[in-house]
Formats: sequence, structure tokens, C-alpha cells
Amino acid sequence: MYNILFPGIIFCFLIGAVFSILFNRNDRLANHISLLSASIASILGIIFSLSVVFGDSFSLSISGSSYLKFGFFVDRLSAFFILIISIAVFAVSIYSIGYIREYYGKKNIGYLGFLYNIFILSMILVVSANNAIMFLIVWELMSVVSYFLVIFEHEKAETRKAGFIYILMTHIGTGFILLSFLIMAGASGSYSFESFSAYGSTMPPFLKDITFLFTLIGFGTKAGIVPLHIWLPYAHPAAPGNVSALMSGVMIKTAIYMMIRVFFGFLGGGVIWWGFLVLAIGVISALLGIMYAVIESDIKRMLAFSSIENIGIILIGLGASLIFYASGNPGLSALAAIAAFYHLLNHSVFKGLLFMGAGSIIYSTHTKNIEQLGGLIKKMPVVSVLFLIGVLSISALPPFSGFVSEWLTLQALLMSFGSSDSFTRIVLPVSAAALALTGALAAFCFLKTFGMGFLALPRSEHAEHAKDPNMPMLLGMGIFALLSILLGILPVYVLPFIGMIASTFTGASVIDQPFSYGVFGTITLPANRIYLSTPVLFSIILILILITTGLYLGSRRKNKLYETWGCGQPVSTARNEYTATAFSKPVQIWFRNIYRPIRELHAAYTVSPLIKESFKFELKIEQTFERYLYSPMVDLILRISRQIKMIQTGSIHAYLSYIFGTLVILMMFIILGGS
Amino acid sequence: MILQIDIVVIQIIVILALSPLLSGIIKKIKAFFQIRKGPSILQPYYDLAKLLRKDSVVSENVSWIFHAAPIISFAAVLTAGLIIPIFISDMPLGFAGDLIAVVYLFALARFFTALASLDAGSSFGGMGGSREMFVASMVEPALMLSIFAIALNVGSTNLGYITQTVSNAGLSSVSPYHLLAFVAMFIIAIAETGRIPIDNPATHLELTMIHEAMILEYSGKQLAIMELGAMMKQLLVYALLANIFFPWGIAQIISTTGIAIALIVFIIKIVIMGTIMAIVETSTAKWRLFRLPDLLSISLMLSFLSLVSFIIVKGG
Repeated sequence: MYNILFPGIIFCFLIGAVFSILFNRNDRLANHISLLSASIASILGIIFSLSVVFGDSFSLSISGSSYLKFGFFVDRLSAFFILIISIAVFAVSIYSIGYIREYYGKKNIGYLGFLYNIFILSMILVVSANNAIMFLIVWELMSVVSYFLVIFEHEKAETRKAGFIYILMTHIGTGFILLSFLIMAGASGSYSFESFSAYGSTMPPFLKDITFLFTLIGFGTKAGIVPLHIWLPYAHPAAPGNVSALMSGVMIKTAIYMMIRVFFGFLGGGVIWWGFLVLAIGVISALLGIMYAVIESDIKRMLAFSSIENIGIILIGLGASLIFYASGNPGLSALAAIAAFYHLLNHSVFKGLLFMGAGSIIYSTHTKNIEQLGGLIKKMPVVSVLFLIGVLSISALPPFSGFVSEWLTLQALLMSFGSSDSFTRIVLPVSAAALALTGALAAFCFLKTFGMGFLALPRSEHAEHAKDPNMPMLLGMGIFALLSILLGILPVYVLPFIGMIASTFTGASVIDQPFSYGVFGTITLPANRIYLSTPVLFSIILILILITTGLYLGSRRKNKLYETWGCGQPVSTARNEYTATAFSKPVQIWFRNIYRPIRELHAAYTVSPLIKESFKFELKIEQTFERYLYSPMVDLILRISRQIKMIQTGSIHAYLSYIFGTLVILMMFIILGGS
Repeated sequence: MILQIDIVVIQIIVILALSPLLSGIIKKIKAFFQIRKGPSILQPYYDLAKLLRKDSVVSENVSWIFHAAPIISFAAVLTAGLIIPIFISDMPLGFAGDLIAVVYLFALARFFTALASLDAGSSFGGMGGSREMFVASMVEPALMLSIFAIALNVGSTNLGYITQTVSNAGLSSVSPYHLLAFVAMFIIAIAETGRIPIDNPATHLELTMIHEAMILEYSGKQLAIMELGAMMKQLLVYALLANIFFPWGIAQIISTTGIAIALIVFIIKIVIMGTIMAIVETSTAKWRLFRLPDLLSISLMLSFLSLVSFIIVKGG
């Protein structure tokens, strides 16, 4: 069964890629072929990954040379990621059937379909490669194809800039990944991941530390951890809406997959400071990510920043898991890993939903700026409900999915009281406080987005004429909205399987695990008498809502419509509404040391300074890391380059002498080295 | 014979019945300190009854969110009420959630109230919603840290279990970290219930109001539901403070006398809490919005100290 399914998935994507190119004369046909085969492939992917989770692992060998063995290996961990990718691809592909219509006649749809299929295929191959060389090839494929997707709307200058930053940062990351693989290959004598796992943990501690750091930097760049995140807020918004949903929803998770593989699988868990470092990066990414998201008015950039935040939350769980693992507590390590994994799954669902929602807004209003929106709840009733579900999930409000994973992460951090190390017992609760702040700011941010984007009066012509998009787009979002609710209300049907996946690398047996699942969908930590039952919470809320609504509707009531109170003045217009910038202003003032806003005030006077003719206020918030970390680095590189320019004389004689000199040095090296 | 279901019903009735009373009592005590006669302690009931009889005036800009928000907020707060120990520590629905779930249920209520504030398109609403979420963001880390300080002491976030453990330990559970966590939580309670120095529940001045600005567009029955929800939240926050830190007197098993005593003790406890709150409110002025981070960092620091002292005292 497996042996057909896995090649079947690859085959379907290739069919989609090739045929959409072949039929690119006909936009409709190319689009439908590419998305149909992607959907079929994703259904196969769901079946395949589930059969691996419940059955045995799968391996497929392509070439048999002893030194370079190309092949694929799918265990439960890989299968989990294939599952996440497949679910996301299924929903996004359905959504795209409608969304791509926007590009009909304007863009080369066959080309887009080709990239789309190859992009997804490369992600699936990334999580199933079993050899370092194979991995690097598909990793590079994923990076390059996603680069082409980012610059799909390349006629805009900002898109080209975004693409450049993305491809640059991604290659810095790949460089570090390459180094860490070379170290492990040197120690194990082979490039296969199998031998990495066998020999990686026997490396000397110093090499292990170096490998850990290189992997963290390399994959951290792809995951978008602070301070390596700078590409993410440019690249994700620049891509077409459906691709953004995939990039933010699943692509950055492939980096998390490899981190888990390397930290637990290859390096065997490591020492406790690794966990603290991952935790610290998680906290910083979560806080800074959401801080920049709060003040952002571009809806897609805001979502991109929020992805950084959510990667941070996942890394908080992963860091706690590493800490518990290193201090010899596999049970708690499994709990923290489950929290991280569940958040990873939830994030791919609700972030996919929100990106598709943002795509729908842009599709029908042609603006990304929430200051120009407003009143969409009446113009786009279906999208607004679906978007609200995403907003409630990402704001971690019960009983939606984000709440469950944040609750689990908090419980994992709370369990630090069982640790014998005082440092752990102080640091983990403080991280929990940071996580709470992150959650509160996320609620702030998404309240602002929904409130300003969907409620009150339309703020521009764009929003005035908005309407719900076509059926496939609504359906694609609907799948994710339904999943967000189900993952929130019925986590007990999913968590045991995630537990099984987590135990493959934490090595926690069933007895070790500090938690179990009781009746009424209760998640229990029996030793600590901690219970959470989202189905019951949901039912109580629902019953109370129904009773209250019944009483409210049943009673005698009369609603008189009148204009909004404006202190007696007729000011009920869109111009007098509160703006998104004003809404987030308190947070901006609170964290002004981090944002370092630049204000500019221009006033033109007529006769006297008291009578102003025009007034211009500008508020700019630059990215702190770009200004203080990356700009100096760029300057340094440029300075060094100018120095190096000295030897580039342009004279052929000089170059010949360089070649000669190099040859002499190399020969001496060989002669001396040989003796 | 009292059944589990009766406990749930009694708990709902107690919450609904006592929350306006608590508001009335606090107003009366405040009036006493301000050397005024003040309204009757039953005034909140009269107000609610009056509002429930009235028709609503609704802004023409609003959507379904405006109509749904009071009901959702009310339901979320009441749900939290069913997992907070009021008069019995072993609540029938205690398994549905823990202290962290209570915090997030309050967040759900707040989220919908703030969302509704934006629905009418009034600047007051936007201002109120923005400030409310701002204060909430500042409260949340301090709250989480003090929850951890409490939970570490007991080893659980289960409210019923915390209450039982502290209650059984008697006076020996009063320790530096217990008191530090209490003071931290008390500051948070001021913020959560929207009282001076953080918010002034009696003001309608646009520059200062937070909660009132959010519900400015509401009238009639919807306002009544909003007001009752806010009063309930106030009662529940006091109940949390009282029963986490001073749970003595709470019923541990289901018995008529036990519950009766527990109810009387509970009323005494929340009246004491209300008195302290009224004293604080009378003796301080409202702080500027951007001085509030200072106040809430004090709370954060206190809960951090509580945590550290717990680790030092109990051995690392």
C-alpha cells in the first residue's frame, strides 16, 4: 500500500506541474489541472501519513551506492509533518480555484501552477529525505521555488526587494545547515541520516555544541526566529495569498521539523543549556513578533509578524521539552513536545485560515491596509464569520484551538516545579509570564484587525464595494474554520496520536507520561489534579448563551435605530472613526524603547502661526534589527569588498600571477602535507 | 439530600444574586468614607430591573456582533463562575477547567465587549476598547506569574484542589510567598474589576473612562446584561482572591449545614474584600493611563518575589 502511495503523491504533483505548463495557453484549464492534481496528491498524502502514524515507518531507496544512498524515510515524525502539509494543501488548493481567477489574463497561470505543485512537492520531500545530500537538494529546491513564488508579482519593486532579502537570508541559513551536516558527516563517515542518528550523539561535546548552534541558526533562519526573521515580513506578504498561506502555515514548520530531527534524533537531546537557548529564542521571537504585529496596519505583514510570534510559542514548548529531556524527565519532555506539536498543527490551520481571509479581503477590496477597510461584516458576511473564527483561535480564547495549545504549553512550563534545578524553576515560570503577555498582545492585535477591518463603517471606496468572494474560496476557508473549532473542542481525539509521535523522539513510554485523557474529553494531569475539558466548557457556554438569548428574545423588547452618539454633533461618519494606528497607540507608547518611532510634523502657515494651512504628520517605525544589526553588517561587508577591490586590477597579467601563486601554494601544501 | 446538579444551580443563583449586592455594598462603603449618605445597597437591583424594562436605542451602524457580545460575555463570565469555588471546594464542574481556563474565559468576555465597542464606529468605543485591551495586556503577565506562584505552592492549577489544600493546612499556609502573591493578585483584581486607580467606574468623562467607554452605546436590556456581567466578574474576582488565599470556612463535602455556613462566610469575606477595595478607591486618585505600567510592574515584581521566595524557602 505505502509503496504505491508515496510515489503516487510525487507523481500527482509532477503531473500537476507538467500539465499546467503544457496547458498554459488556457488559464482556466491550467489552473484547474494544477489544483486538481495538488488536491488529489494531498488526499493521498493524508491517507499515507495516517497509515504511517498508525502503522510502520516507510522507506524507499532510489540508488544503492554505499557512499551516497538517495532515498526517503518516513517515520511518525515525518508523517505528522506530511499530514500537516497535506491538510493545508487540500484546503488551500480548493481556495485557490477561486483565488487564482484574479490573475486570469494578467499572469501566466501555467507557470504559477507549475511552481505551486513543485513547491508543495519539495516540502513533502524535505520532511521525508533520509540523506543529507538528498535533503540539501530538496531544501534548496523548496527555497528557490518559494523565491519564484514570492516574486510572482515581480512588476512591483517592493516584491523584488522582498524576494532578494528572502533568497539572501535563506542562503545564509543553508550555509549553516551545510556546515552542521558536514560536521556530522565527518563524525559518522556517511551522509545518510541513519548514520547521523547512530553516531551523532557520540560526537565530542564541543562538536555537538557547534552542530547544535549551526543547526539552530540555519533552520532558525527559515523558521523566522528573531533576529534572523527579517525576510519573513517582506516575503510572506509579497507572495500571492494562497502561497502566503502555505508559506506561513507550513513551509516555516519544515524548519521546526529538522530542528527536532537534529536536536533529538541526531544529537541525542544534548545538554540543558540548549533547551534554555531555544526557550530564550522562543520567548524573544514570540514577544518581538507580536509587538511588531500589533502596530502593523498592512494585514498581510501583520500576519507574517504573527507567524514569527507563533514560531516563538512553538519554540517555547520545544525548549521546555529539551530542558526536561536533558534533565532526565522524558514524561514532561513529552508533555512539552505535545504542546509544541499541537500548537504547530493549530497554527498551520488558523494561520492558513487568516491568510486566506486576508487574501479574500484583498481579492474583493484590492487593499491590504486595514485603515482603508471597515464595515466588511455587512459586505462580506461569510468571510467575516470565518475570519472571526481564525481570530478567536489565534487569540487563544476558549474553546478554540489556540487556547488548548497555549494551555498545554503553560502546563508544561508549570510542571517545572518538579525539577530539582532552581534555575529551571525560576526561568520557566518567567517564560510563562512572557507567553501570557504574548497571548494578551495577540488578542489586542487581532481585536484591532477584526474591529478595524470588519466593524463599523467602511473607511474607503474599496471597502464600500466589497462582497463575499466566490464559492471555492469560502469552501477552502470553511475547511480550516471547521478544523479550528474541532481542534479546540475535541483535542482528546488528536492529542494521543501526537503523544505517540512525540514519544518516538522523547522516548517517553506510556507510564512516564504525566497526563491522560478522561471522560467528557478531559485532558488530565492526574498527579497534579489538573483538568481541562473544552467540550464541557463549550457546552456550558453554549447552554448559557442559548438560555440568555431565549430570555432576551422572549421578553418584550423594542430596538430603536439611531445614529451613534457623537456628543450631540452629527459626526457619525467614517472619518470620525477610531483608526487602527490610534487603537494600537497605547502599546506603541508602552514599548517606545523597542519601536523607536520616528515622528515628523510638517505644518504650513498662512499669515500667522496660529492659522495653519496644511498639516502633515508622519509616523514611521523602522525595524530595530534592520537598523542596528543588519545595516552595520551590510556596511561592513561593503567596506571589506571595497578593500578587496584593490587586488582586482583588471589586468590579465595580474590574474595570471594570482593563479600561478595559488598553484605554488597548493603544491607546497600537498608536498608538505604528504611528507 | 443535595445533588451535584443542585450545587450547580445554587452556584449560579448565588453568583447572580450576590453580584449586584456587592456593587451596592461597595458604593455604600465608599459613600461612608466620603461622608455621603449614598444610595441604598439595593440600588444596583433597582437599576437592573429598570434597564430590563426599557427599550434599547441601537446605533444604525452596528452588526450582529453588537447584539451577540453582551450575551457571549455574560455566558463566558458565568461559565468561569462555575469553575471557581464559591461555597464548596469540590465543584461538580470543577473538572472542566482550572485557574488558567478562568483567566482565558475572562479574556473571552473582554474580547467580545471590546469588539462590540468598535462596532458602532464611535471614537469613544475605540478609545475604550483600545485602553481595555492595553490594560489587559499589562495585567496578563503579572497574573500568570502570580498564578504560577500560587500553583507552585500546591503543585496544581486546579482551583478546588488549591482551595482544599490551603484550607486544610490552616494558618500554617500563611507564609511570605502566600502574602506576596496575594498583594500581587490584589493589584490585578483592581485592574480586572476596573477600579481606581486604574479605571473609574463612576466616570463618564471621555478622557478617563475605560469600561464605561466600551459600553457607551448600549442601552436597555443589553446594557443590563453588560452591567450584570461586569458585576458578576467583580464578584468572581473577589471570590478567587478570597478562596485561593483565605479559603477557611468553605465546604469540602456536600452537606446542607456546611454549605449554609460556607455561604455566610463567603458573604463576610467578599464584604471585607469590598471594604478594602473601597478604602483603596477612596484614598487614591485615578492614575494616568501611561503610569499604569508602573503599577502593574509592581504586581509583576511581587509575584516574581513570591515565586523566588517559595523556591528559597522550600529548597531548590
